[in-house]
Amino acid sequence: MDFELSDEQTLLKDSVDRFVQENYSPEARLKLTETDLGFSRDHWKTMAELGWLGMPFSEEVGGFGGSPVDTMIMMESMGRGLVLEPFFSTVILGGALVAEAGSEAQVEEIIPTLIEGNLMLAFAYAETQSRFNLNDVETTATKSGDGYVLSGHKIVVYHGDTADKIIVSARTGGESRDEAGISLFVVDRDADGVDIRGYKTVDGQRAADIRFENVKVGANALLGTEGEAFPIIDKVVDRAIAALCAEAVGAMTAANEITNEYLKTRKQFGIPIGKFQVLQHRMVDMYMEAEQSKSMSDMAAMKLCFDDVVEARKAVSATKAQVGKAAKFVGQQAVQLHGGMGMTDEYSIGHYFKRLSTLEMLFGNTDYHLNRFSAAS
Amino acid sequence: MDLSFSDEDLAFKAEVREFLETKLPEDVRSYYSRGMHVPKELQVRWQKILHEQGWMAPAWPVEYGGTGWTVTQRYIAAQEFGTMGAPTPMPFGVSMVGPVIYTFGSQEQKDYYLPRILNSEDWWCQGYSEPGSGSDLASLQTKAVRDGDDYIVNGQKIWTSYAQHANMIFCLVRTDSNAKAQEGISFLLIDMNTPGITIKPIYGIDKENTLNEVFFDDVRVPVKNRVGEENKGWTYAKFLLGNERSTIARVAQSKRRVNKLKEIAKTERVDGGLLADDKDFMRKLAQIEVDLMALEYTELRMLSQEAAGKRFTAEPSLLKIKGTEIQQRLTELLVESLGMYGAPYEAMGDYEGRNDTAPGPDYANGPMAEHLYLRAATIYGGTNEIQRNIISKMVLGL
Ligand SMILES: Cc1cc2nc3c(=O)[nH]c(=O)nc-3n(C[C@H](O)[C@H](O)[C@H](O)COP(=O)(O)OP(=O)(O)OC[C@H]3O[C@@H](n4cnc5c(N)ncnc54)[C@H](O)[C@@H]3O)c2cc1C
Repeated sequence: MDFELSDEQTLLKDSVDRFVQENYSPEARLKLTETDLGFSRDHWKTMAELGWLGMPFSEEVGGFGGSPVDTMIMMESMGRGLVLEPFFSTVILGGALVAEAGSEAQVEEIIPTLIEGNLMLAFAYAETQSRFNLNDVETTATKSGDGYVLSGHKIVVYHGDTADKIIVSARTGGESRDEAGISLFVVDRDADGVDIRGYKTVDGQRAADIRFENVKVGANALLGTEGEAFPIIDKVVDRAIAALCAEAVGAMTAANEITNEYLKTRKQFGIPIGKFQVLQHRMVDMYMEAEQSKSMSDMAAMKLCFDDVVEARKAVSATKAQVGKAAKFVGQQAVQLHGGMGMTDEYSIGHYFKRLSTLEMLFGNTDYHLNRFSAAS
Repeated sequence: MDLSFSDEDLAFKAEVREFLETKLPEDVRSYYSRGMHVPKELQVRWQKILHEQGWMAPAWPVEYGGTGWTVTQRYIAAQEFGTMGAPTPMPFGVSMVGPVIYTFGSQEQKDYYLPRILNSEDWWCQGYSEPGSGSDLASLQTKAVRDGDDYIVNGQKIWTSYAQHANMIFCLVRTDSNAKAQEGISFLLIDMNTPGITIKPIYGIDKENTLNEVFFDDVRVPVKNRVGEENKGWTYAKFLLGNERSTIARVAQSKRRVNKLKEIAKTERVDGGLLADDKDFMRKLAQIEVDLMALEYTELRMLSQEAAGKRFTAEPSLLKIKGTEIQQRLTELLVESLGMYGAPYEAMGDYEGRNDTAPGPDYANGPMAEHLYLRAATIYGGTNEIQRNIISKMVLGL
């Protein structure tokens, strides 16, 4: 057992930390959130050049064969700077779905271009009735000639308005909440019948509602075996949740550092407010929540390396439950301890609060994962 | 002890309901019950309707324009306003500076300012906090130096809510730098159009502009605009904060949010059923509702004790602490109730690319705005940490 980073992993961490330090000052980030794109194509190119976009993919397709621990390291460092580029949507979600489910030809077509930084992906899974249940799919894909016709409405697809291709879960059989009968399709953003409506999200990112109206796709749009996508989605999303937890750990750590510093420098009643015992204890509680979350996040990343589905599910849901609770507490208290300063858009702490709040919700909130953990135990 | 309403009370309740049903403008109701900031023009339009009805300042003494309602009637009216989604008047005039003026002001000030508050001619803002003086308000540095019949004011206020709409500001200023902090402060009424005043907007985490910085650069304020005695401003300021605390429980608004949550739960779907069937969710809502009842009956018990002649020290701080914590939990649960649609958010303020209608169901438009803004509820009006300090010192003697 060992929680220490290897030399390569330390290099990876340093490299992401350096990128964040150089490019993600609060002012620079705020500017990016106000652009139509919502992130920077130059940063994306840099990430490609640094090889980050290939991290989890196999060496045969031009990747680095990185493990969930490597993903954890990168996401944690990106979380510190609240990085906006679609690394998660494209690499951790979309890319992984293609790599896990796709045929050799599909992987060849998509992954190398993605690694070069020339293809962005988004995963459209949520629907108005589904909440966090990945198996609650009402979007349909009906066989027609050689291909399929897709119809349905996917909601809050992160980076859905900037992705080149959308990966969609759709029902090819079974009842609306069956795990069997779900398939994955790769759809071009400008295919006929695809209507993408983008908008800002509270955490400074962008998402989209995407409607599919009789969208015709060829047989080669199907990823994997018809009707058997659920176990793959489940597996990829478990890894993705672990990645989001790592991002939250990074964001909490940064929020705590900023708040801790503020307690030392902000003076009221002639002394630093950090001298008030009630704030000291609050800060200690925030620190403890972040530490516990870091331990769980590391644990989840390591358990994911074993490829045991049930163990992974338990580890990931337990981690999400801990991180969700911690993310809310740390985010809210970080604002509270800043007083009025915490309420301003110009200052960084509110942005941590907002991202931490959505991280609690994405792919299942704390209650959802407590129930999932309980069911898996 | 008796919880029942008399026939007169029931008739009064019907009267308030009837008034709101016929007179509350739909656009005002919509903004307010969504949880959004009501634009100035709408707020003023509504206040004028309230004034016409004579209900602009129920709590004021009748001689200055109050309604003379009993404690029970005030409670009933607040409940009806809450249920119907009717905003109360902006607090800065009616609830804050108004009572200071009729309690400590000169006859001339009463005659001039009170009617202008009632008919919404003046929009007031509150100039208390400064960059270096928030929780430690008494350390404030904005100076007023006597020059003939004027004071010359220099300094800066911050977090001044809605200063951009205001034509009047009530300010705490230092008139004696040698005295103990609390003993050198005066309370001035300042016309925002006086030369030397500049306002700079601050954008909040909700991306809206409600907060401002207000700068004073050699601003001349007539001495007759001072309320009460020179260097006694702290007494008036504390009187005002005491009033603010007791209106801050906001039970009726919280009840409206509880009802909204119940409506949403009957529409939102989960697990092939409704959110209303989700035990975890409904249990969270029930817990908040019970906490809200405890707050409501504590407020009523305090009001009844007050009517019976009891004088409180810092007990009303309890209402502020519990009330704001409930507001935050409710708006958080509202966002949670929306599932994935809890993530989209675009501010009301214009910017290029904003969608005209929010994504998701209609009720998803509002909760996030309210959730973000109300993170400040445990900060403004004296932070909840400070309120707890006050209770521990004044009530518990610790
Ligand atoms: C949305 C909003 C609207 C506002 N509107 C107005 C307005 O219209 N007019 C106006 O004058 N002001 C207004 N304020 C200012 C508000 O009153 C102050 O923000 C508040 O008093 C806290 O002061 P501060 O921001 O300087 O925080 P600080 O006093 O610096 O407090 C920072 C943190 O330290 C804690 N702390 C400070 N002292 C102690 C202590 N002794 N013991 C324990 N903890 C302590 C606080 O609780 C807080 O968590 C508004 C603020 C907000 C956020």
